[in-house]
Formats: sequence, structure tokens, C-alpha cells
Amino acid sequence: MSMFVYYLGLGWRSLRRNPVLTALMVMAIAFGVAASMITWSVFRVVSGNPIPWKSSQLYNVQIDNRGPQYNEPGNEPPDALNYTDAVALMQAHKAPHQTMLYDIAPSVLPQNANDLPSTTTGYATTADFFTMFDVPFKYGSPWTNADDDGHAAVAVISDALNQRLFGGANSVGRDVTLDMHAYRIVGVTEHWDPKPRYYDAYDNMEFANPAQVYISVNRAVDIHVGMAGRNNCGGAPAHFSNDEQWLHRECAWIPFWAELPTQADAERYKEFLTAYSAEQQQAGRFQWAPNVRLRNVTEWLDHEKVVPAESRISLFVSIGFFIICLVNTIGLLLAKFMRRSSEIGVRRALGATRREVYAQFLMEAATVGLAGGVLGLLLTIVGMQGIGLLFEPDVARLAHLDMSLLLTTLIVAVLATVIAAFYPTWRAAQVQPAWQLKSN
Amino acid sequence: MSLHPMIAALRKHKSGVVLIAMQIALTLAIVCNAVFIIYSRVEKVNRPTGMDESNLILVSQQWVGAPSGDDPASIQKLDELQREDIEALRAMPDVVSVTPSNSLPLLDSSWNGSVATKPGSDLIKGDARSTYYFGDENFLKTLGLQLVAGRNFTAGDVTNKGFRDPAEPSLVMVTKELADKLFPQGAVGKAMYLDGGTKPTTIVGVVARLQVPSNGTWASTFVWNSTIEPLRLNANYSRYAVRTKPGRMDAVMHAIPGALYGVNPMRVLDDDSVKSFGAIRADAYRADIGMAALMGVVCLILLAVTAAGIVGLTSFWVGQRHRQIGVRRALGARKIDIRHYFQLENLLIAGGGAVVGIALAIGLNRALIQYFEMTTMPFWYVLVGLATVLVLGQLAVLVPAMRAANVPPVVATRTV
Repeated sequence: MSMFVYYLGLGWRSLRRNPVLTALMVMAIAFGVAASMITWSVFRVVSGNPIPWKSSQLYNVQIDNRGPQYNEPGNEPPDALNYTDAVALMQAHKAPHQTMLYDIAPSVLPQNANDLPSTTTGYATTADFFTMFDVPFKYGSPWTNADDDGHAAVAVISDALNQRLFGGANSVGRDVTLDMHAYRIVGVTEHWDPKPRYYDAYDNMEFANPAQVYISVNRAVDIHVGMAGRNNCGGAPAHFSNDEQWLHRECAWIPFWAELPTQADAERYKEFLTAYSAEQQQAGRFQWAPNVRLRNVTEWLDHEKVVPAESRISLFVSIGFFIICLVNTIGLLLAKFMRRSSEIGVRRALGATRREVYAQFLMEAATVGLAGGVLGLLLTIVGMQGIGLLFEPDVARLAHLDMSLLLTTLIVAVLATVIAAFYPTWRAAQVQPAWQLKSN
Repeated sequence: MSLHPMIAALRKHKSGVVLIAMQIALTLAIVCNAVFIIYSRVEKVNRPTGMDESNLILVSQQWVGAPSGDDPASIQKLDELQREDIEALRAMPDVVSVTPSNSLPLLDSSWNGSVATKPGSDLIKGDARSTYYFGDENFLKTLGLQLVAGRNFTAGDVTNKGFRDPAEPSLVMVTKELADKLFPQGAVGKAMYLDGGTKPTTIVGVVARLQVPSNGTWASTFVWNSTIEPLRLNANYSRYAVRTKPGRMDAVMHAIPGALYGVNPMRVLDDDSVKSFGAIRADAYRADIGMAALMGVVCLILLAVTAAGIVGLTSFWVGQRHRQIGVRRALGARKIDIRHYFQLENLLIAGGGAVVGIALAIGLNRALIQYFEMTTMPFWYVLVGLATVLVLGQLAVLVPAMRAANVPPVVATRTV
């Protein structure tokens, strides 16, 4: 322990001996680690698994309802279902839980008649949505399957909307007015905002503000609650002359999810989807062989390319930049250590073992790394303020400084510098004491 | 000067040589790819949309309690609400022109479909995909588009329909890009068919250029394919493009919410409801500009770090060879010979590193193409990168080389 402190002291003194060289190294490490950490802070959010405990049991369903000529390369079917298929799968009930959803953006009337109405965003969905995606409730509970079957005018609202409308009081049993239609509130969620929002990646809502309101999809369809999300007809002819036909048009607009606890369940479900498509083919609706996909959460996020290209390129480039900074550090440490060949020679001649030389110089490198890390920390904090310049506001606001990021910055800086110091230290330990003493 | 002794000397400190060469190689690879990324992004951001972008405002709003049915009475009610708004906006001071519009370029909210020259075509993606804009007779004037053939819509052309109503318009205007693709012999007066339909739609006019609303890569195959329909689309929300007198945009933006609430208070206007086109453009390209800025900063710091590394290591070598330099000077080498020695040595190392760097640069570009939908980097980027690192090396080596040249010959005679 005393040697440790002694080497730390030696390191500190050595750093002060050639301040320019030291400053160069410290700055290179600081810039490298700061760039890597800033881009990493964004990457870790956008590439995270939003529901790790269940991501292998939740599956997104795709069915080819338009035919191969309209599909993406690889005969990839549309990324969402149309209404006909979504309802058919709901009714078939082949998974323990399943849900369909579409984006809505209704206006909401304030409780106080003097306030102006405002917009909310949310989903028209089914009761299973809340159990499947583990939505936490502050008051009340989800609506029931019976409510879905009965086309009930029920709603679940978010904590934030509850705060805005009811000042945070328990509003279960009260009414909320969306687009001039009244709904009975059955539940208020806790703040719930999984990132990325995997269940609605189809609508590019991965990093959007949290949803504020959920209503039963059967009711929403009855009273024409407008769809606010993406409607992709993929260039296929989509003709309809009345409301019923519009609803059943062969466009993709309804994300559909099934919860399948085991691999075997998933395989059985895929067989069911294939059989369903074959039925549609026999009925003459599809003029092509069954073409279905079943992807779990991680596969789905991957497929949807949820991680923005900007985030990956910038992380990629920052790490490259950090590596160059480290190569630079290796060179400078080598120069610094070799300049002290005679000092090493003396120490070795006086009985220092190679191991002790190693310890001394690695310690010195660690001191440089620590200094670089501290400066890097400051640069990271400054850089995080400017992150809005680099990423979309949706994404930028997710990146935040926390203890783990600060610690990682320091640890990465020190570790990387020590690793970079291995070679120069090894060279220093190879110094032959006799040769050094003689030549002087 | 013979290269042989220099190479022999370089062999004596392989590790330093390899480190500098490696740094140069990596720097070259990253810098030319980064500059290429900057160039690509800047090029993307600088594309003109085809509009006169100054003094242009977009208003997006939603009515509360508007009818949601598709029956004619509901649609007519929605259309009345919309026409009231348009009239109110047109009556505002400093407003030059107003049109209803479902979207604007770069807004990332779009209606897309496919158009064909034959009825009932089995449409295949990429054939002639098009985005649809819906506006009235003032659409051209408000957006500041340039008509290159045919005529603009008249007030009599403009109709209205519910947003779920599939009826195709009887006439449209298209962009030159789309017109040339469908009818190379001239499009005005020709019939085309929208979304695989069987009802002909006549092209009455061709505009020079109008970008699609989507900025995503999925829309990159039809960026300039726009079709303009003479239509007020009726839904429980609406958008209006407003052109103001020069210099009066801020004042008009400020006055718009009051004017609209004055017509009908049962509506939602939030912070984003009244937006200048400049703000729409900034939002659309934020990531691209940020990316270019990040790459620029990384390049600058990278070059500085590499230069610092060269200065550091060369200084070390100069120190190490203090005596040898003295000997050479004593044997008749001039100062300039010593300086040239270090400069040439750096050129050799940097040149070697650069050869590896060129391969790395091309490899990195390949990787970016494969994983990030980048395009192939023209070779001259690599050449510019090569010149940059060589010049950088020469500049960085100058100070240590001068110091070496100033070593006096008398050093040769000293023992220490």
C-alpha cells in the first residue's frame, strides 16, 4: 500500500516534469472519452431493450394481404395488419393474450369550461394491451374483455393527463370528453414510457412523448375515432366507396401483438397464421401463398431499424476517434518512458525488480488516465448540453447524465490508458541496467 | 540524399514508426469518410424544395366537436368550417395569399400513392410513386411554385371531399420530374390514373419542382414526384399555408391564433400549430446538420491530436539522436541537411501510413454503405485526405526538425 502511494506520488511528479507532453496526452484522452460517452449516452437509450423480462414472449404479427409485387425486398409483408385480419386474429383467440391498436389524437375538453381544449395522443386498443405490456396502474385497472365485447365507452388515462384534468385526484368513475364523446375512466396509469416504444414502432412513435389516453378499439371504430398514425397502402390500389369498405381496405395500419410464453407456442401460432392465410387464399381474397412473419420484441426493433443511423454512425466514429487518441497516447507514453531510460537503469541496478518497474509506470499511466477522465467528464457534461444539435428532439431529450455515465467515463478513461501503457511499460522494464549505467 | 541509412535508422525504433504510421492511417480513414459524410449531408440540406421558402407559414389545427361522419351533411359542415378559416386568414392584414394544404415539403406527414398512364394498372412500387398535395387555386401562388407548362387551377376547378372519400379528381398538376417520367412527349392535356383506378385524370399544368413531404430514405426513390389536386380535404383537422408580405411574417404568425379563435373558439391550437417554414426546415434537417457539425469537430480534433503525436515522438527521437546529429554536423552536414533528414523521414513514415490508410478509408466507406445506407465515396476524397495527412505530417515535424538542425557540432565531442 505504501508503495502504491509512493508510485502515485512519483507519477504525479513525473507528469509535472514535462507539462506539454502530459497536457497533450490528457487532452487526447479527455476528448476521446468525452466524444465516446456523449454518443454512447444516446445509443444506450435508443438501443435498449424496453421490456427485458418479456421481450422473448411478445410477438409482432405480419400477414401478407397485398401480394408479392407490393412487398419490400425479401418478400417482406407489410409491417402492420389491416382491420379484417386484425379482427379475425382477435376472434380466433389462438394466443393466451393478443391485442391490436391504432394511433388516435383526440381533442380533450378541460373540466373547467373556461380553459381551452387541447390535443392528446394515445391508442384505440383492447383490454389485453395493459396486461401484455405490463402497464402499471396508479388508480383503478384496465377495462375488461367484456367491455371490449360490449363496445363500452371506457378509457384509461395517463398520470400526466389525470394531473392536467383532475389535479391528480383519483378520477376512476368520472368522465373524460374526447372529441366531444364521453368515456368513463376505469383506470389511471403510473408514468409509463418504455423506450423505444416497441409496440408502436410501425408508426415511428419509438421515441415520442408518452401516450395519454387509451380507449376500446371496438368503441372507437363504432364512432369513427380518426386514425392519427401511419396508413400504408404501399402503392396498391385501395378502393372503397363507403365507411365499411374503408375500414376493411387492404392497407396496413393496425399493429398486432400476441403473447406466446414458449417457443413451442410461437411455432404453433405461426402455423395458425399460415393456415389462416391459406384459408384466405382458398376464399379468393389472397392470390398468393401464405406469407407471414412472427417477430419477438428484439427481432422486431431490429427489423424496424429503431436505432437511428445517426446514433450508430456517431458512436462508430467516436470510438474510432478514441482509438486514435489511444494510439497517440501509446506513442507519447513510449517517448516519455524511454526518455527516462537512465533513471530506470539506476532503479534496476539498485535492486528494483521488473515487476516494480511495471507497477511504477502503470501507476503513472493511470494518473494520466485519471486526469484525462476528469477533464473528459467536464467535456461530457458540456457536450450533453449540445446534444440537441445532433439528434432529433425526440431522441435528444432521452439522453441524460447519470451516475453510471459519470462513473463509466472515469473507468473507461483510466482502463484505456492503462491498457495503452502496457507496451511502453514493457519496453521500459526491458531496459538493461548495466548498459544504461555504462553509457553514462 | 540516400534513403538507405534513413531506413536502417527507422528499423532501430520500429515501435515509434509503427505508432505514427498507424495514427496517420486511422486519421486518413476517418477524416476522408467524415468529410464525405459532411458533404453528403450538406448537399441533402441544400436541395431546394421548389418553393419560395421565405414569408411562408403553415397553420395546423383541429376542431373540437366537428362532425366525424362521412355523410354529405357532415362533410359540408366540415367544409364550411374550413372555408370560414381560409376567409378569415385571407382577410388578415399583411397576408398575401392563403391555400388549404394537407402538407408541405419536409413536414413528414404525407399522402402517397402511385400513378400510371393506363387504367386499372397493377401498380408496382417505384414505377411512378407520387405524393399528393391537396390545395386550391391559390396553392401555386402561396407556395411560390413555378408553372412551366399548362395552366394553374381556377376557382371553378376546386372541389371538396371527406378524407375517406376515394373519388379521384378530374384534373391535377404534376411536377416536371413526374411529367417527364410518365409523358416524355409533353404531359399537358394527357390522362393519367391514380392509385390503380379506372377514372382518367387530366394533367392541366406542370410545375418546375416540388419536393415530397417525407424526408426519410423510404421516400428517396420519388423525392420530386408530386401530384397536386384541386381539393379541400375535409376532416376534423386542417392545414393552411399562408404567405405574408416580406418582413411581416412574425407579426402575422402572432396574430393568427386570435384570428382563428375569433372565427370559432372550438378548436385546438397548440405551440406547434403556427409554424414558419424556416422552423419546419430546421426540424427536418436537424439531425443532418448535427451530424455534419459532429463530423467537422471530430475531424479538427483528430488532426490536432495526430499532429501533437507526431511532434511528441519526433521530439523524442531528436533528443535520442542528439549526439549522432552532432557527429553529422561535425562531419560537414549543413543545418538544412539535418532538417531535410527529419522531414524526409516523416514523409516516409506518413507515406507508409497513408498507403494503409487509403485501404482503411475505402474499407470504412464499404462498411458505412452496408450498414448505414451511405453512398460510394468518390476516390478524390481519398486523394484530398492523403494530401491533408502528408501536409499535416510536414507541418508537425517542422518544429522538432528545426530544433535538430540547431544542435551544434560541438556536441560530438562531449561525452554526455
